[in-house]
Amino acid sequence: MRRLTEEQYRNIVADVFGKQITVSGRFDPLVRTEGLLAVSAWSTSVSTAGIMQYEEIAQSIAAQVLSKENREIYTSCNGGIYTEFDEPCARKFLAKVGRLLLRRPLTDNELSGKTAIAREATAKLGKFYDGLSFGLISLLVDPEFLFITDFTESDPERPNSVRLTAFSKAARLSFLLWNTTPDDKLLRAAESGDLHTRDGLNREVNRLIVSVRLKTGIRAFFSDMLGFREFDNLGKDSLIYPTFGTAVMRDAKEQTLRTITDHLVTRSGDYRDLFTTKRTFMSRPLGIVYRTRVKAPENVWEPYEFAPDDRRVGIQGQLAFLALNSHPGRSSPTLRGKAIRSMLLCQKVPDPPVDVDFSGFNNPNSPARTARERLLVHATNPSCVSCHRIIDPIGLALENFDGAGQFRNTENDAVIVSSGELDGIEFSNGTGLGQALHDNPAITTCLVNRLYAYASGRAFPANNAWLAYLNKRFTASNYRVTDLLKHIATSRIFYAVSTPENNLQQPFESAQNTVTFD
Amino acid sequence: MSNTGSRPLGRRTVLRGVMAGGAICVGLPFLDSMLNNSGTALAAGAPLPVRFGTWFWGLGHTPAHAIEDKATSGYGISFKGECHALSAHKEIINYFGKFNTPLDGRSNFPHYTGWIASRTGTAPDWQEEIANPTYDLLVADRIGTQSRFKTIDIACTGNSGHSYSARSTYNRSAAEISPHEFYSRLFGPEFIDPNKAEFMPDPRTMVRHSVLSAVTEERRQLMRQLGASDRAQLDEYFTSLRELEIQLQVQLQKPAPNEACSAIAAPKDDAFLGNRTGVEIGKVEATHKSFARILAMAIACNQTSVFNVVFSENLSSLRKIGESVTHHSLSHEEPTDPELGVQQQTSWFNTRSMAALASFIKTLSSIREGDGTLLDNVLMVAGSETSFARNHSVDDIPFMTVGKAGGRIKTGFHINGNGDPITRVGLTAMQVMGVPIDSWGSRSLLTSKTISEILT
Repeated sequence: MRRLTEEQYRNIVADVFGKQITVSGRFDPLVRTEGLLAVSAWSTSVSTAGIMQYEEIAQSIAAQVLSKENREIYTSCNGGIYTEFDEPCARKFLAKVGRLLLRRPLTDNELSGKTAIAREATAKLGKFYDGLSFGLISLLVDPEFLFITDFTESDPERPNSVRLTAFSKAARLSFLLWNTTPDDKLLRAAESGDLHTRDGLNREVNRLIVSVRLKTGIRAFFSDMLGFREFDNLGKDSLIYPTFGTAVMRDAKEQTLRTITDHLVTRSGDYRDLFTTKRTFMSRPLGIVYRTRVKAPENVWEPYEFAPDDRRVGIQGQLAFLALNSHPGRSSPTLRGKAIRSMLLCQKVPDPPVDVDFSGFNNPNSPARTARERLLVHATNPSCVSCHRIIDPIGLALENFDGAGQFRNTENDAVIVSSGELDGIEFSNGTGLGQALHDNPAITTCLVNRLYAYASGRAFPANNAWLAYLNKRFTASNYRVTDLLKHIATSRIFYAVSTPENNLQQPFESAQNTVTFD
Repeated sequence: MSNTGSRPLGRRTVLRGVMAGGAICVGLPFLDSMLNNSGTALAAGAPLPVRFGTWFWGLGHTPAHAIEDKATSGYGISFKGECHALSAHKEIINYFGKFNTPLDGRSNFPHYTGWIASRTGTAPDWQEEIANPTYDLLVADRIGTQSRFKTIDIACTGNSGHSYSARSTYNRSAAEISPHEFYSRLFGPEFIDPNKAEFMPDPRTMVRHSVLSAVTEERRQLMRQLGASDRAQLDEYFTSLRELEIQLQVQLQKPAPNEACSAIAAPKDDAFLGNRTGVEIGKVEATHKSFARILAMAIACNQTSVFNVVFSENLSSLRKIGESVTHHSLSHEEPTDPELGVQQQTSWFNTRSMAALASFIKTLSSIREGDGTLLDNVLMVAGSETSFARNHSVDDIPFMTVGKAGGRIKTGFHINGNGDPITRVGLTAMQVMGVPIDSWGSRSLLTSKTISEILT
């Protein structure tokens, strides 16, 4: 069982009611677990303040959906103001939206219950649509809406075993691939029992994967993996980086997500090439920071390719990564190196010692002019060197980009040397780093690990056979992420369940011992 | 619960009596017999209700540059240096120094262990683990059910995740970050003026309440279909839902009038202007000032009895315009001035943080309530997550109480903890607020000793 993330909640509202319905409010925060916020959603509940917010948000959504302007779009009722309760219309509306919000059809009892809420509210408030709005609110605060719950049933193919219901399967599939509630077709496949058949499952997985909406799911995963939630907390000093304003921040994030979805989905590209690609997209605000002319009009993106001799390659060379992993007014080889180790290679970098003294790093009397020279302090301090030697040489290769991600040749009038090293591979600049990342085996195993944790809410144990199998398939598919998603989404293990009866703590790991991976 | 004697007992009498006049006090809730006949005021005449709050700032103090040490506990606080702004309010503050955070061999997770241990009584086993509820929620469970909002959480940093109020690792509150939105939530159409003569329950509130009841009734059966961990998640959801029902019930009753409550104007614009300026200290201070004004009136209007304010977060990212590094970076990288013995820029941020606390105190004390000010009926615990941020020390983290808690505590004292666990401060605050608890904390943080010197 997992609580909807804020993005999922917003996606569902947009899918069910349209993007014109605004969602204003605060969602209880998630704690990054196993490198992902989404993983902690499997353990997270709702605080008292959080449920109050949900209820207020629900009121706001219901008011918008059933406003005078919108009610005829969403209901088949008479759009006028009337006081009588229109039971057939209310049932129809609540059944329709209830099916999408709860990710399954409402039972007769449930529908009667929601309709009764609307009826009683109408009687109390004297207006039909005011009453109907409370029927909708009751759906939006329903735990079966706010929590994606795995329901099970007896498995006819395996006596004394249970399986996920078809609707729970549909939800797993839809949230993995589209990061939203199942659409009508997927629910129909669940209703008909098709999702329990191999052909039916394959058909729906293929449909979801070829849909343009796969990009929504891919964006959600990479936003989480790359820590883009931190954009909410990002601030650059306006005197030091006057060009780095709100529009640049907004577009920096969008640029990287566009690069990722274009490469992985539109072009079915090799995942490793994300770290060497020179192809991206450019907007007018970004053009100022990248110092390139953008012909596209305001709010329009244009394809862009960095020149062959440009040192910018890969998503790690784009503004989003560079600016997020920097200080407000200066770059940080350490933060960048740490981010590459932890986010992209899934390697744990220990926290600094509690009582470490960094004052040499910022000593105003030091002759050091570049970050490389300042970081020599780490190399000479025994308590620092063990960690910094595995992170600083990575980040130093990106020193041609300042704290806002702008290119520079010098720092404090000293020429920047951007050589570096990653796991024994030496390089002379950011281009070389991109190639080293591309060639590092951990770059692909990390993705497999993260993607499965994202899908299942838990990390793999070490030496897991299923992980080895997925890596093998990923390699065989030339590192196509859509193929990897397909393997996961059509595998039996993805739908394995634990129940109070069998008390499986690690259902995915247990299942691999008894069933074929596919 | 009531005593059988003819003379009403004071709370202090009960506490002293139990321990035969010793310095150790045990936790007891306020007794009905301590209230006056109408139940609206303490027998001594102090008005009710008493509210509870916390005020947090990141990165503590520079040792020896904030307060004169005191060898023994006693009346009189000598603020200096970084805490100089608090001197004007020292008569309504208690300062707690030399209280420690024993970790029993656990790691000190820099900037996390301090706040988690001091607020939950349990040091974390991993960086963000919250094994027990923060004490503000234990107080809210006791006193927060008779106001519209059980708790109010505010972050002046523009990040709703900067909240230090949590039931557990996976049950945390999001903070308000926009004064404008905060004002609208509080004083919008659902606000009921307690001083208005006529009162008519809002039928929408009645319906909202019945909807929540219906959802609870309908979905209880879900619990039976789930495994243990899912049931725990859902149980917390139902608890939160039930608490919201109770809050709505409160709004269906005529609120008690309070002369201190009066209309205030909406903030003209959010001082926090979004990501462009980040947590530039001037913006944070302006946001804090705007929040303080609204929160003070929310308290006076009994919209909440419990509040949490975060001025800067545990890894304080406060910064000055034009400077390349943050308060946190400075705390580790800035050399100590050999003549002054202080990291000058770091200390500047510490000083501004304490000036903000002083301004918050001033705002609360500017609202007249009864014979005194709002602050007379507030107990606020102000604290940080480190003592000296440079070495992440979690011993001697600065903590203070602000306010007189309706006469339940004495103020103006500097208490020397002599290495006792910091949980004594939290335990004392909870007992003062009526939480029925006689010990608090775990392992070496477990304590049953309140700080009797400040109890009346």
